[in-house]
Amino acid sequence: MDMNEIKEIFFQECEEQLAELESGLLKLNDGDRDPETVNAVFRAVHSIKGGAGAFGLDDLVSFAHVFETTLDCVRSNKLEPSQDVLKVMLKSADILADLVTASRDGGSVEEGRSRGLVKELEALARGELPSGGAAPAEAPKPQPAKAAPAKAAAPAPAAPSDDSGFQPIPFTFEGFGEEEQTLEPSVFEVIFKPRRELYAKGNEAALLLRDLSRVGEMSINCDVDQLPAFDKMDPEAAYFSWTILVKTSKGEQDIRSVFEFAEWDCDLDVKVQESTAEELPMIPVPFDLSALDDEGAEEDNESSDDHSAMESAAAAAVAAAETASNVTRLAASRAEKKESQAAAAAAAAAANANANNSAGQTIRVDLDRVDRLINLVGELVINQAMLSQSVIENDNNGTSSINMGLEELQQLTREIQDSVMAIRAQPVKPVFQRMSRIVREVADMVGKSIRLVTEGENTEVDKTVIDKLAEPLTHMIRNAVDHGIESPEKREAAGKNPEGTVKLTAKHRSGRIVIELVDDGAGINRERVRQKAIDNDLIAADSNLTDEEIDNLIFMPGFSTADKISDISGRGVGMDVVKRSIQALGGRITISSRPGQGSTFTMSLPLTLAVLDGMVVTVAGQTLVVPLTAIVETLQPEASSIHSFGANQRLISIRNSFCPLVDVGRILNFRGTQANPVEGVALLVESEGGGQRALMVDAIQGQRQVVIKSLEANYTHVPGIAAATILGDGRVALILDVDAVVAASRGQSLRQDGVLKSDMSLAATG
Amino acid sequence: MSYVVKNLAQGSRELIAFRIGDQEFCVNIMSVREIRGWTKATGLPHSPSYVMGVINLRGAVLPIVDLSARLGMRRAEPSPRHVIIVSQVKKRIVGLLVEAVSDILTVTDDNIQPVPEVSSELEKQYARGILAIDKRMICLIELDSLFPDTESEAA
Repeated sequence: MDMNEIKEIFFQECEEQLAELESGLLKLNDGDRDPETVNAVFRAVHSIKGGAGAFGLDDLVSFAHVFETTLDCVRSNKLEPSQDVLKVMLKSADILADLVTASRDGGSVEEGRSRGLVKELEALARGELPSGGAAPAEAPKPQPAKAAPAKAAAPAPAAPSDDSGFQPIPFTFEGFGEEEQTLEPSVFEVIFKPRRELYAKGNEAALLLRDLSRVGEMSINCDVDQLPAFDKMDPEAAYFSWTILVKTSKGEQDIRSVFEFAEWDCDLDVKVQESTAEELPMIPVPFDLSALDDEGAEEDNESSDDHSAMESAAAAAVAAAETASNVTRLAASRAEKKESQAAAAAAAAAANANANNSAGQTIRVDLDRVDRLINLVGELVINQAMLSQSVIENDNNGTSSINMGLEELQQLTREIQDSVMAIRAQPVKPVFQRMSRIVREVADMVGKSIRLVTEGENTEVDKTVIDKLAEPLTHMIRNAVDHGIESPEKREAAGKNPEGTVKLTAKHRSGRIVIELVDDGAGINRERVRQKAIDNDLIAADSNLTDEEIDNLIFMPGFSTADKISDISGRGVGMDVVKRSIQALGGRITISSRPGQGSTFTMSLPLTLAVLDGMVVTVAGQTLVVPLTAIVETLQPEASSIHSFGANQRLISIRNSFCPLVDVGRILNFRGTQANPVEGVALLVESEGGGQRALMVDAIQGQRQVVIKSLEANYTHVPGIAAATILGDGRVALILDVDAVVAASRGQSLRQDGVLKSDMSLAATG
Repeated sequence: MSYVVKNLAQGSRELIAFRIGDQEFCVNIMSVREIRGWTKATGLPHSPSYVMGVINLRGAVLPIVDLSARLGMRRAEPSPRHVIIVSQVKKRIVGLLVEAVSDILTVTDDNIQPVPEVSSELEKQYARGILAIDKRMICLIELDSLFPDTESEAA
């Protein structure tokens, strides 16, 4: 594994950490005060910083460090995570994400932005209010002196790895004298007890001790009591612990910083000896298992040694939570007893959550491998169908055991196919999380206050759908924030909450995923939309449209109601692009709007792009598949309902309306002359342009779920054909591109374009 | 012809020889993935005349090219005796319909003679050399130039 691969893994992990960070911050924003949430947020930033340090990504490290310092204040309850504080934090998370992206792909992040945030973060860490200020009531109150000792002692891991001495930021020892912060040499007693995870993560106790020796004069004592008999020894377990006396003029911070990257995996206790020993502020609390609960900790360690790696991870989580609960207990006992129980309960809950998390193991697999598996399973399904077809054809006595076996095989293959498809399914959460960032940024830009509420983030859908969902969704969110939601003044005037709400939900509905975007804004201004459409020659001035039709006008190409063109949206390429990309995914989008109450966009998408429900039809001897989503109804035309129109156009009358008849065989050049409509079947389809067309095919074979195969992989795009599939007889069938066929029937040439393309790709010179 | 000389200056190589009509051709064996019997292809609308359609190659959709038509000769009338040479052309896989595969040849550069000057652009474009083996004439063709890659249609 070379450095680049490791780096790639680091960036992958960064993505996960960033997602964790953001979801944690959002939880805090919603009022979650669970210490485990704060810890998770802190850990995420800390891990990014750690990894970035290893790769020498200095920008990332320095920003993460400042961020971490401020988060640490929140963790140690010195900073109340109020709305304003979290706003800065969320922005910082965005910057952090940008920095990660910049480190990965090259490029840079606007320095002004990050520097501004660094200042804000530092100010927060100093206990100052964010600029633009919160109400005094929301301000982080100065800590009551009684509780301060435990709290002041709590922070530690944020210690800088450089030698800059004391970092005044996270430690404002309010209510205490400065006398502890002198440079007189003092002796620290460090008890360092690694857990097995420390070694598992490639840390080395000897190196840590060597680093510690650089802090000051050191005397060391290794405790080997835990070492079992040789035959009972677990080669991967940790048995040694060390008691180290360090004489140094530096502070506890510097000692702790040595263990910065190992602190989660060891029991570390740093005490000041001599006269300062009984001073409360210096009593370390958070990572001290042995000091508080010696017996329990050792039991934990021992039991974890005996178990498998997974169990030990769970045990470690419990142990960590126990520490946390002990910490809180200790801290609270100095303040109030009641609180202690609540905190301990919270910590216990966190422990449970932790244990659950470690149980849900995942592996990272290259998408190509999954795709290959899916292809093979698709092939298996086809093969199985071919096999049963030939058995049925050759087997006359019918009841043979072969048939039974085949049926079982069929069920098995179905199940395999379903489970393989499930591998590709991913929750929509990452996309939704990106949206919350977009809401923040755009709302900031236009000076609105908007809250994004997401629901059903764990709804799963095929990875390719997720990837292609982000762009149209971004567009729509921007539109909702920029145009949908009114300015705070207007909202107040209308008697609404000045803070607008955009709600994004995802749910499964009858084999499709439905994504809804609801805003509580002004709704569509139908009069203006209508006027705009008339101005832009999209509709005739005297046309009479229903409300719904007017709403749908915003999906017309070249339509924008924004009075002024802004950076965010309103370039007139908005909603039609959205509609087209949703349709390209095989989905539909609808809008409903109530004036003064907001608009709802509903998107319905297939769960996967790998399979499709189609109607298998015959056209001029060829087998074609028509996507079921496009078909409105099928009908058998009667001679009386076919009307010639002009030279070679024909219309079919359906319930008193006339619909153009399109001969698929003719459009695709399968036959030279138009077929007789009465001998075929008409498929009434609805196309992108909104109009209906009746597609003429010769016969319907049936309805089937087909596996979509790309034509482009080995050939080139074929006009009028969306993709290919393989049917039960092993032959390739083409999937009709209904929109292209309909467009061709309108006179836009399908052929020209197509032949040109295929000539270029497969022909040489002529 | 400097291209030919440069390209062939690497000692011996293996070629697959096949027959189209009364002519023999060969391609580098490294570009051949497999050889399979003819199965009926599904026609593609609006395709050039030499594209016979697509077949199912273990789950992949494989376009079949009538090599005879592609080389400017008359169109093949495929029968079960015809074979498809599945070959890799750049990043794509293409099936070439030929009448029969005749030989696997191991040749050195000395066996390969340069292509004589002919007027036809098409021959010049694909022919990379001529081999004389057992009084037969076998034309070495380069598939990459028969199916130039176009990235443009990917957009």
